[in-house]
Amino acid sequence: MSFPSRDDLIDFIYDEARMLDEGRFSEWLELWMPEGIYWMPLDYKQTDPDCVTSLLYEDQFMLRLRVERLNGARTFSQKPKSRCHHVIQRPFVDVMDAEANRYVTNTSMHYVETRLDDQFLLAITATHELCVEGGKIRIANKRVDLLNSDAAFGNIQLLP
Amino acid sequence: MPAAKPAYTVDTVTDLVQPHQVHRDVYTDPDVFRLEMKHLFANAWVFVGHDSQTPNKGDYYTTQIGDQPVIQVRHTNGEICVLYNRCPHKGTKIAIDRTGNTGKFFRCPYHAWSFKTDGCLLAIPLKKGYEGTGLDKTENGQGMKAVGAVRNYRGFIFARLADEGISFEDYFGASLSSLDNMVDRSPAGRLEVAGPPLRYMHQCNWKMLVENQTDTCHPMVAHESSAGTAVKIFEDMDWPEDKPKPMAMEIIAPFMSPYEFFENMGIRTWPNGHGHTGVHHSIHSDYSAIPGYLEQMVEAYGEDKAKEILGENRHNTVYFPNIMIKGPIQQLRNFIPLGPDKTLVESYIYRLVDAPDQLLARTAMYNRLINAPTSMVGHDDLEMYERAQEGLAADGMEWVNVQRLYEEGEDFDHEAVENGTTERQMRNQFNAWVKFMSPQPATDKAEAAE
Ligand code: FES
Ligand SMILES: [Fe+2]
Repeated sequence: MSFPSRDDLIDFIYDEARMLDEGRFSEWLELWMPEGIYWMPLDYKQTDPDCVTSLLYEDQFMLRLRVERLNGARTFSQKPKSRCHHVIQRPFVDVMDAEANRYVTNTSMHYVETRLDDQFLLAITATHELCVEGGKIRIANKRVDLLNSDAAFGNIQLLP
Repeated sequence: MPAAKPAYTVDTVTDLVQPHQVHRDVYTDPDVFRLEMKHLFANAWVFVGHDSQTPNKGDYYTTQIGDQPVIQVRHTNGEICVLYNRCPHKGTKIAIDRTGNTGKFFRCPYHAWSFKTDGCLLAIPLKKGYEGTGLDKTENGQGMKAVGAVRNYRGFIFARLADEGISFEDYFGASLSSLDNMVDRSPAGRLEVAGPPLRYMHQCNWKMLVENQTDTCHPMVAHESSAGTAVKIFEDMDWPEDKPKPMAMEIIAPFMSPYEFFENMGIRTWPNGHGHTGVHHSIHSDYSAIPGYLEQMVEAYGEDKAKEILGENRHNTVYFPNIMIKGPIQQLRNFIPLGPDKTLVESYIYRLVDAPDQLLARTAMYNRLINAPTSMVGHDDLEMYERAQEGLAADGMEWVNVQRLYEEGEDFDHEAVENGTTERQMRNQFNAWVKFMSPQPATDKAEAAE
């Protein structure tokens, strides 16, 4: 594939959510471009990722660390493991620029994470910057805005 | 059926602390928590906020001292006031949002009583309804109540709820050197808050979090899954020797330092429950230099003083009862008690005025990598606290041990420097906990008389 259709982009977002829900994290890492950043701002509508704290602002080194840690023998906060569940609304395709190889989608989701007797719900908006590389759609950057980013949370252990 | 155990009082609660151990009720019992809020948090000096959170006249910020709702506000004379967030009429909170500007006065949203920004009553609508009723002779008729005492120390606002008690200087003493070092690291000698704090909820007692700040025997154990894995991945990466390490590695790898590193780094305790790890070096010692910063510092302070300031690499400084600061990276964590088994941690970062932004970027990274609800390091810490909170329900054993490197007859009224793995700072905190459950002599009054 060199020029994805609107449906290809939308299917990609659904597939990614399913991958996360099924815990296929190593496969999920393969979706990323090497320079890709996963950003979850702390401030509502935050613009500065560097000099203001974020919840997550992670490069591929950090994302790989997260995934490997989830499988570690001494990962105490993952005994037992967390599970997650995305319910997503049909993504908007906001940018479709084949010439620049840049595609942007905007997706509303309800994200549920659970472990032991606790379960919580986050209402989120995910913004994916996508591109095509090696005939496949890849994630160039992903931004996840929590509706209640200013609320106090307990552990959020997986990746919405 | 066993008889219900009698509720603790100020006199009996102190029996829960022994030199080498504390009773589990200090972490779990609702009466003990209530006594802490009424006495300990009233007699001690407690952190409120930073003055850069309320830079202009009328700016306010709402928070808690223990369980007491308070407002930090910039009064019309430029000073910071700390008022109880409670209308003297029927009790309505005067300020509901977390920050804002109220102009020259507060106006209660319920019946529009209004107050100057130092709390004094300004006006009541339809005031003739109170004529001859004696309202002006009541406490309520005076206005919003201010806390007992407020001190702005180099931008950091502390308050004592009790009207009388120990002075700020006597309470903190030489421990202020850690705050000084944090502020001195700005070439302008000034810090500014940078963005909102991380807010992280813990289902555990506030003291577990404070104790953990000087617990140097846990990082290489509890954080093996994050820091240990980071080191392993990095080794696999064939990173060129001469290329600077990724900032994230600089921050996270030192958590895997061996026991020896932590033993040698040292712990210092000061009177009244304050203390710090990292006397000789710390996990912050080996961060890369940021271009241009040293030159700015030398220009501001001269070479000797600049090197002295930057040579101090204290790790965590605990200011009893409930904050921790990291001087080398300008971070402050506020452990706000919400219940015997519920604590809100707010982690703030500050900009060094006139210093390069890269320093703040590293601090912001530290904050999110280590102290966020989404942080792998935080996940394992929270897991330990919450498991401890649950484990303490076990009736088979009632005492919690804090005996590492304990020596009989420890004297906490004098500063001491010890092996960095001692639990002396935890014992120091409990010594202060007992002390401030009772009102302390009013050194404030004596000063005023001088
Ligand atoms: S409660 Fe504030 S004016 Fe009545
Ligand atoms: Fe820790």
